Amino acid sequence: MISILVGHWSELIEGMKYTIASSLLALVGSLILGVIFAMFVISPNKSLNVIGKIYVEIFRNIPLLVIAMFFYIVMPRIFPGLDGFKAGTIGLTIYTSAFIAETVRAGIESVPVGQMEAARSNGMAYLQAMRYIVLPQAIKIVVPSLGNQFVNLVKNSSVLAFLAGFDLMYQGNLIASTTFKTTDTYLAVGLLYLVMTMPLSYFMRYLEKRWSKTPTV
Amino acid sequence: MQNFIDAYSWINLRFLLEGMWVTIYVSAISVVLSFIIGAVLGLIRYMKIKYLSAVIGLIIDIIRNLPLLLIIFFMYFGLPSTFGIRLNTVTAAIVALTVFESAMLAEIIRGGIQSISGGQMEAARSNGLTYLQAMWYIILPQAFRNMVPPIVSQFVSLVKDSSLATIILLPELMYHSQIIYGQNTNYMIPMFVAMAFLYFVVCFLLSQLSKALARRLN
Repeated sequence: MISILVGHWSELIEGMKYTIASSLLALVGSLILGVIFAMFVISPNKSLNVIGKIYVEIFRNIPLLVIAMFFYIVMPRIFPGLDGFKAGTIGLTIYTSAFIAETVRAGIESVPVGQMEAARSNGMAYLQAMRYIVLPQAIKIVVPSLGNQFVNLVKNSSVLAFLAGFDLMYQGNLIASTTFKTTDTYLAVGLLYLVMTMPLSYFMRYLEKRWSKTPTV
Repeated sequence: MQNFIDAYSWINLRFLLEGMWVTIYVSAISVVLSFIIGAVLGLIRYMKIKYLSAVIGLIIDIIRNLPLLLIIFFMYFGLPSTFGIRLNTVTAAIVALTVFESAMLAEIIRGGIQSISGGQMEAARSNGLTYLQAMWYIILPQAFRNMVPPIVSQFVSLVKDSSLATIILLPELMYHSQIIYGQNTNYMIPMFVAMAFLYFVVCFLLSQLSKALARRLN
């Protein structure tokens, strides 16, 4: 394992760069999409509501691999510039956005309705009440699970290996197939994944514990 | 349109359904095995036995923070080269999914046990039950009710995640549809639609079941 880490350090670091880049891009994209669709799901507007629910249910219930492969195999016929990295990142973004929409919705719904009503009766518009009263309270519930979604993103970005996306898993497979030291390579790759995911998931557990002690309302 | 009609011939549809059957049974066997292993691990982690609980906790955290794909590769390619254990695709897929899912379920089960208030245990103990008796007859039955919805959700994840085992050529839904559109690229879009639809139906029904159970238990 040490010999793989030392001998193939540059490839592994290159793979980690792609993994982190893909996860960060997908995080930003899925946060934006996720918040928009969460707003749709809770909005009083019937048609937005239906669109939001359909989006969330469809993409939560289809495997990430199917979504990513769709962007890798089918979409390049229409958009020829779509390589494995881009297709995988788009797939990750869409898949994760459905989960983030659910998280954000649950966070917002955990804020008592009275808060919204009180804000509205004090003369705030719906969006103002959302922005200044409800969302700041919801954030404490949402942030730890968003952190866990990011950990999932780093892990799930390994589907890029299916699409020649140059991520850590892809590099690991290349090394394994050239050196034939499969166990050592996968252990080294696993170690590098843990370096990325473990600190974050322990930090989120800490945040969850700390914030659950202080009363929100 | 003609592509869709041709692609959905009876032979192709039957082939997809055969793949779906493999998807479901591999996931079902894995969830049952993971539940048993996860229950033991979760209980040990909950009971705070010196050293043992800490070690098991660390192993659970490590597995939970690794990509499932890596575990699949390890079981299929790593084991034979180092330990001389060669698993066939179905076994390798089941073992990998079970290892990954046991860690997930161990945490759910530990959370479920922790959610039962301490008063229950104290009342049972003061009525003369031993610790293990109190656990088995009083705590676990109540905890189990809380755990059923998240376990069903984990089953949904398993059905989706089992698609990753295409890479070791597990003959499941994703792999079978790849074979069909590999023979005729005109069938690509129809196959993606069919595959997405089949996964969606299974996962959507299961997640509705999980929601309904959660509502009933509350």
